[in-house]
Amino acid sequence: MMADPAAVHVTTDQGAVSILSHRRFRFLRHVSPLPILTGFLTLCVVAMLVIVLWNIIAGGIGGLTWEFLTASPTEGMTKGGIFPAIFGTVFLVFLMTVFAIPVGVATAVFLRYYARPESKLARLVRVAVNNLAGVPSIVFGLFGLGFFIQFVGRGIDKAFYGGDLAFGQPAIIWASLTLAVLTLPVVIVTTEEAMRAIPRDYIEASYALGATRWQTIRHVVIPNSMTGILTGGILAVSRGAGEVAPIMFTGAAYYLPYLPAKLNDQFMELGYHVYVLSTQSPDVEKTLPLLYSTVLVLLLLTFALNALAVVIRMRLRLRQAG
Amino acid sequence: MSEGKSVAPHVPNMGPDWQQYSVRPGDRRRDLWMGRLISAIAFSAIAAIILIFLFIGREAAPVITSSEVHQEVTVAKMIVPLETRPGKPKMYLWQPVSETPKYSLPPLLLGSLKATLVAILFAAPFAIGAAIYSSEFAPPRIREMIKPVIEMLAGIPSVVMGFFALMVLASVLKDTFGWKFRLNATNAGIALGIAIIPVIYTVAEGALRAVPRQIREAAQALGATPWATARRVILPAAAPGIFAGVMLGLGRAIGETMIVLMASGNAAIWSPHLTDSIRTMSATIAAELAEVVNGSAHYHVLFFIGALLFLLTFLVNSLGELYVGRLRRRLTGVSG
Amino acid sequence: MTALNHSHIAAKQPERVVVGPPPVKIQVRGLNFFYGSNQALRNVDFDVITHAVTALIGPSGCGKTTFLRTMNRMNDQIPGARAVGTVLLDGTDIHGPDVDVTALRRRVGMVFQRSNPFPKTIYENVAFGLRIAGIRDHYVIDEAVENSLRLAALWDEVKDNLNGLALQLSGGQQQRLCIARALAVKPDVLLMDEPASALDPISTGKIEELIEDLKSRYTIVIVTHNMQQAARISEYTGFFYMGELIEYGPTVKIFTTPSEKRTEDYVTGRFG
Ligand SMILES: Nc1ncnc2c1ncn2[C@@H]1O[C@H](COP(=O)(O)OP(=O)(O)OP(=O)(O)O)[C@@H](O)[C@H]1O
Ligand SMILES: [Mg+2]
Repeated sequence: MMADPAAVHVTTDQGAVSILSHRRFRFLRHVSPLPILTGFLTLCVVAMLVIVLWNIIAGGIGGLTWEFLTASPTEGMTKGGIFPAIFGTVFLVFLMTVFAIPVGVATAVFLRYYARPESKLARLVRVAVNNLAGVPSIVFGLFGLGFFIQFVGRGIDKAFYGGDLAFGQPAIIWASLTLAVLTLPVVIVTTEEAMRAIPRDYIEASYALGATRWQTIRHVVIPNSMTGILTGGILAVSRGAGEVAPIMFTGAAYYLPYLPAKLNDQFMELGYHVYVLSTQSPDVEKTLPLLYSTVLVLLLLTFALNALAVVIRMRLRLRQAG
Repeated sequence: MSEGKSVAPHVPNMGPDWQQYSVRPGDRRRDLWMGRLISAIAFSAIAAIILIFLFIGREAAPVITSSEVHQEVTVAKMIVPLETRPGKPKMYLWQPVSETPKYSLPPLLLGSLKATLVAILFAAPFAIGAAIYSSEFAPPRIREMIKPVIEMLAGIPSVVMGFFALMVLASVLKDTFGWKFRLNATNAGIALGIAIIPVIYTVAEGALRAVPRQIREAAQALGATPWATARRVILPAAAPGIFAGVMLGLGRAIGETMIVLMASGNAAIWSPHLTDSIRTMSATIAAELAEVVNGSAHYHVLFFIGALLFLLTFLVNSLGELYVGRLRRRLTGVSG
Repeated sequence: MTALNHSHIAAKQPERVVVGPPPVKIQVRGLNFFYGSNQALRNVDFDVITHAVTALIGPSGCGKTTFLRTMNRMNDQIPGARAVGTVLLDGTDIHGPDVDVTALRRRVGMVFQRSNPFPKTIYENVAFGLRIAGIRDHYVIDEAVENSLRLAALWDEVKDNLNGLALQLSGGQQQRLCIARALAVKPDVLLMDEPASALDPISTGKIEELIEDLKSRYTIVIVTHNMQQAARISEYTGFFYMGELIEYGPTVKIFTTPSEKRTEDYVTGRFG
């Protein structure tokens, strides 16, 4: 390194420049506006979340009693609880998963184990799933009304009820079907992700033992993607439980003196309850505490489900890693 | 089993009987039928998109085709200013339940535009800023903390956001700026903006992270400051992705319903001011569909608006997807 | 291209009282294999001899695995892959319209390079193929599991822990478990793709012993990178190079007096 004097000269020369630029570099790093600005913006996002959450928790925690969770609303919804809305929400999302999970899992299985990856059909399905995920929720509401109620429901009425109104009207089955279509992409994407993580070796071992494709799916693929399917289901439920627009005219009711028991009953629902109480209540001052608690319940429900999905996924990743 | 063509005569056909290895007929049948069933079910996503298109189209079509509906409204009447009283200037009016119903679309389009505009202007700086921070500057531990924050923000149901905007944000904004109306375009737009931050952030952060390390290191090796590296190298490389994020956020904002329904005031006013109340397309459907008579002109007009909304979001989302694809090609070096 | 010289083989096997050529289990003629436009096998002619161990050797990427996997049509799984040529199993064309690929795979079992037990118990791993085949009887399954594990020389090590998880076994035990799993469905031919490449010398020794024991009942084709191993355990050896079968014959001949220069260079370690 020192052998050639010319080289030493060059080194010194460049060294001087590089020290200079190096100093400038460090100097700039300390006052550089970008990390500070972007850091501040990030902090603002965090603050937004904290403010919204804090406001709702502070406003709602006081009213969150056992009675509130288990009683029916009374006195024009200014007193009592929200049990029917909780019940309706649970019933709704349960029905929704009954429709969405089998269809979503079958679609994921098709994409992964039946279709050739670059085939037109597989690509078409993916495009459809992508587009479905981008359709506004109010459009799903219109679809539910136009297709499920006016077309399917009316059709059933004409065929089996002599035209009497039985299924051709808003009902929990139509609302849950509408939500199932809306949450289908979530189930498909999560399940497919889980199936992608199944080692190819397991599938080959199964085929090499003379299992048919269906036996391989039934005994190897499904058991090994169970956590993924579960996660997809939970995320779908969390999404579905928070959606109001698709169920407004497909089955949710403002107030019902009874709980839904049949598939063509209407139902009360937490999100819809929040919407109605906050926009159509005759006396907002009086309902506000109850309203806050209802919002808190809805928020806790969706967050708890999301957190559960995150934990399951994390355990899945850890298991795959270790 | 088949007697394959024996190439060499000395190959004796003396192995075990194929029969003992054959699959039980039941299993073979099940394999066949489950395969068919699964392939058929896989069409549901395609079927859903087509059915949505068909059935919203079916209920929207009478606005264009039915002479019965035309007695009340035509497409032309929905886009030109309407006569109110003789002598008074013509106006855009959305009064579907008055004696002579009026269905001007421009105020609704303007309402959607205003809310979306405010939302994007509000959300983009925060979302892109946070994306830059977490992909370029944040220490790993902080980055790990930003992720759940964004996920939680994304997990807030829109009705909850609408509630917050209606009860809290509206009062704060009104008191701070002394606006005339509590519920207006800005209030709804900001709440909408908070709701779409996660969409923009996620796509933008993905795009920034996808910029190869080498590009970054090469720029820094040339003595570029982090600021210069970000501004001249990383941001341009990730620009299509960031743009895609904004587009997808836009798609979400146009279609979002509950927030605008609860926080915008729902008055269909033809006004340029962002502090006036607005009525968006989505909120109009949500507010009125429950009350209309099935098959009435009003009913069909609402589906017509739904169809517009569907097409609009479809366009915007496709544009976003296009840019995501372009980004992928640019970063992987595949031309096309 | 280099089909077996049968007179030579007959002479090489004095212990078997066979007059004429040895029985051929799998006869391959003019086999070409393509991954899309990439040709992995070129015009291969090959005779797999019944109840013997055949070793496939050759440098990495020469097509050994591809060849092995055409014999039970595992390559059908790969999109864009295509086999042209005849593969006769006891005279039956395995690509023929009447051959059910699942039945073929039950008859031609396979052990993979990486041991791949299912994330289930030891017992359930071995029982998998039986359950798939529709066997419900506990006693039958119990017996088959024990027999297979004994055959795979694993019984003594796991008999007290049959309900333990397979993934908790050592690498060598896992590979023997995979062999037991393949044996449980009573195959006729056993294909093994470098079954010992990831194992320590002791486990490798056990697997080699096991192969020695199995060959009286099964026809075995094994891919290996280990020349000594090929020399130790196989009766016949085929040398592949860049998708072609360069030379095929009795192992002794391949390793002592190969007729091709490339074979000699490879087995003496001069390239590959
Ligand atoms: N799934 C595949 N898709 C495309 N090409 C493949 C695939 N599998 C193998 N090939 C190609 O086919 C050729 C032969 O591969 P093969 O795996 O049969 O070699 P091999 O002799 O088993 O090598 P090794 O000793 O490394 O296992 C190689 O050039 C390889 O790149
Ligand atoms: Mg190989």
